[in-house]
Amino acid sequence: MKQFAELFMNLDRTNKTNAKVELLKNYFLTASDNDKLWALTLFTGRRPSFKVNRTQVKEWAAEEAGVPMWLFQESYHSVGDLGETISLLLPRTSTGGSDKSLSEWFHYLGMLPGMTDEEKHDHILQAWMQLSQHETFVFNKLLMGSFRIGVSQTLVVRALAEATETDSNVIAHRVMGQWDPLETTFEQLILDKGENDNASRPYPFFLAYPIEGDVSGLGEPEDWFAEWKWDGIRSQIIYRHNELFIWTRGEELSTEKFPELHFLSDVLPDGTVLDGEIVTYADGRPMPFNVLQTRIGRKNLSKKVLEEAPVAFLAYDILEANGVDIRGLTQEQRRIQLETIHANVPAQLHFNLSPLINFKDWQELRDLHPLSREHIAEGFMIKRKASTYQVGRKKGDWWKWKIDPLSVDAVLIYAQKGSGRRAELFTDYTFAVWGEDGKLVPFAKAYSGLTDVEIGQVDYFIKRNVLEKFGPVRTVKPELVFEIGFEGINESSRHKSGIAVRFPRILRWRKDKKADEADSLESLKEILYNYK
Amino acid sequence: MPKQPLLQFTGKSIYCAVADVHIDPWIPVGRAIITHAHSDHARWGSQHYLAHKDSEPILRLRLGQDINLQTVQYGEKFMINGVKFSLHPAGHIVGSAQVRVEYQGEVWVASGDYKLEDDHFATPYEPVKCNVFITESTFGLPIYKWQPQQQVMSEIDNWWAQNRADGKASVLMGYSLGKMQRILKNIHLQDSVLYAHGAIYTVNERLREAGFDLPELTLVTKETDRKLFKGALVLAPPSADGTTWIKKFAPYSVGYCSGWMALRGAKNRRAVDQGFVLSDHVDWPDLNRAVRESGAEKVYVTHGYTSIYSRWLNENGIEAAEVSTMYGNEDENEEEETVQDAAAGLDAYQEHKRELDGEVNEDKTGAAL
Repeated sequence: MKQFAELFMNLDRTNKTNAKVELLKNYFLTASDNDKLWALTLFTGRRPSFKVNRTQVKEWAAEEAGVPMWLFQESYHSVGDLGETISLLLPRTSTGGSDKSLSEWFHYLGMLPGMTDEEKHDHILQAWMQLSQHETFVFNKLLMGSFRIGVSQTLVVRALAEATETDSNVIAHRVMGQWDPLETTFEQLILDKGENDNASRPYPFFLAYPIEGDVSGLGEPEDWFAEWKWDGIRSQIIYRHNELFIWTRGEELSTEKFPELHFLSDVLPDGTVLDGEIVTYADGRPMPFNVLQTRIGRKNLSKKVLEEAPVAFLAYDILEANGVDIRGLTQEQRRIQLETIHANVPAQLHFNLSPLINFKDWQELRDLHPLSREHIAEGFMIKRKASTYQVGRKKGDWWKWKIDPLSVDAVLIYAQKGSGRRAELFTDYTFAVWGEDGKLVPFAKAYSGLTDVEIGQVDYFIKRNVLEKFGPVRTVKPELVFEIGFEGINESSRHKSGIAVRFPRILRWRKDKKADEADSLESLKEILYNYK
Repeated sequence: MPKQPLLQFTGKSIYCAVADVHIDPWIPVGRAIITHAHSDHARWGSQHYLAHKDSEPILRLRLGQDINLQTVQYGEKFMINGVKFSLHPAGHIVGSAQVRVEYQGEVWVASGDYKLEDDHFATPYEPVKCNVFITESTFGLPIYKWQPQQQVMSEIDNWWAQNRADGKASVLMGYSLGKMQRILKNIHLQDSVLYAHGAIYTVNERLREAGFDLPELTLVTKETDRKLFKGALVLAPPSADGTTWIKKFAPYSVGYCSGWMALRGAKNRRAVDQGFVLSDHVDWPDLNRAVRESGAEKVYVTHGYTSIYSRWLNENGIEAAEVSTMYGNEDENEEEETVQDAAAGLDAYQEHKRELDGEVNEDKTGAAL
């Protein structure tokens, strides 16, 4: 644990990419294979659940620290991270730390699910007593935390590739998909050449960059394909050895969530991997993302949901055909293969090609772009005909050309401190527009979009203009105006404003506007009307 | 008529109406008692100042050579309009004091900023029995528990040694008044030349002039040969972070000394290479100990986690109330003023030095006459 805790703290401390890769590489070169596998499990977001109740853990920690619950909560608000708060509050009995390795701790935690609450309490307390403050923090992360420390999968892959002297695209592929640290070994997963043992393994997605400047900067129009950019769930459909797997971009195996697509196992040739978008689809066209949202996250797909929000797969690429990885073929060659496969599937509603848009010159695309919303699209994808299918976000061959987000000017009225890097700074804001009665109605929360300098300035303003405190939330003098952009808008009975916006974010700080010049609820409703 | 409290929070100071004396006023007043020389407690413009003798060099440096300043020793009693005053060690920085105020058998103590651990430079804190205790609460949350000073100092020693081995300069950041003297008195100085930023150099020189036992520092100037920084310790105020000034030490490692370094968030936001958890304020256990040892029936909680700490005291049988003041704030900006000019660039440091030389010469001329 010492070694991993040290790695964790060092990674957390630096924001230099090269330093992070170096730290990870060092770890992969020196740690035991078992520990490496567990570290990889954590860094790729595969931490198993140990069935502990966070509220209970809080109570146990507060009790052990001798502080009342309200003071525990205040401490938590100041620190911004539960695992860290607990590590700071507990009485320090151990300074030396634990000799157990990372994998031994995972096995220790693995005993939790079968225990009674009382046994869990003793089990966790016993661990806390053995660990130093930093280790307690890392242990809490293993127990129940998210592992957000600015280490992307790309970084881990790079470090692992350097440490094992393997091509990074190969490593990126090997860490994808479904694997369980309890059932595999580091050797099997990373070093083994045989990939056949893992039929479900998806390919790393190729991601597009936002287009820079005018589209004509891309050169000759005839070198490019254009498609609508669908507003759905980016997914890979895999059919191998008579089994169908549906993976989403978030590397979630979601086969069960889309029963409409299960027929593909009857019609696709063995050894096929398709890339495309899952969208809700009716009457030969996609429906807005709001509709898809009604079924995401649902455990049980009722008949009603399936009827009201049926999905279809819009395919736009093929990565494997007849069991052979064809990512090295050109976009044009892959498109031909994709069209052939689609043509051989009997026509039906749930499997469609994402059509190519016919255009002779860039002006045609420019004219069509503003009509994206009517096509229930977010703009265009522009793909180079001669490009291979690459790994991750690469510049040059795939571009996304998105439509401008919907936006309104709104007033900052509530603020809350951030967490992690931004604990102690007010970074989480709630924005309001003017209602008919002349009162401000909150309609969106937004976090990102400001520079560090601006965050500092807004934080400075907030700290001097707090009107009321509600737990961690501060009511702020309504003075600052921001332009808030969002991707979608819908009616909502759960929100005071009667409106829910999707992906709200701060586009810019309107220092030129006073609070009374902000937009009204009326203007939001107008956007809603036009949007539908 | 109800008796008015001996000390009142008027919105511009902690005020004793009977004596017509202000403690740490944040606007100019007639008669001010200053707990210590940090800029959020010692402000410009009052007609008459009273402080501990050890505060004098820095008070004159910051508020002006010609301020009307009377100094006293710890424990020395003085009467103003029938009210009995005395100053007692607060252990926060050199010359820092708790102000004891006694009138008609009632005793109040305004403690300013304080810490209980002996830092080997400031006179160590002494508990003062009182009826009403006014306390800071900068680190008034149970998450703040300091390590013993010696442990932090050896962390600094080790960090410096590692940087020397790596051929890097060690740029150590902390407040110029208080933190830096504490560090100089407790780390292993290695018999090497110690480099300093103007803000720290000035304070150090002033204190040395006044007879305090502190090592000599070398001011970093435009002319200083950059090769000399390799492996050296460079003392800098927090505001030097991210300026062009700091780049001249490359390759270097930045260490930052502050109580806030106890939290990852604060540490990461600063993006320093090494955070040292070192504060001149009381941590949670010592805050509670100080309140207990004062024996006070009533506690007023000023700057910091005021509402939280007063609630905690109330729940634990000690009557407490929160008070809003202009002291400190969540950002512990006590040094803001002194380092502003330092951040302005190289010219400012040189000017510092000229100013200092000028002042020193003036003093000498004065002595000769």
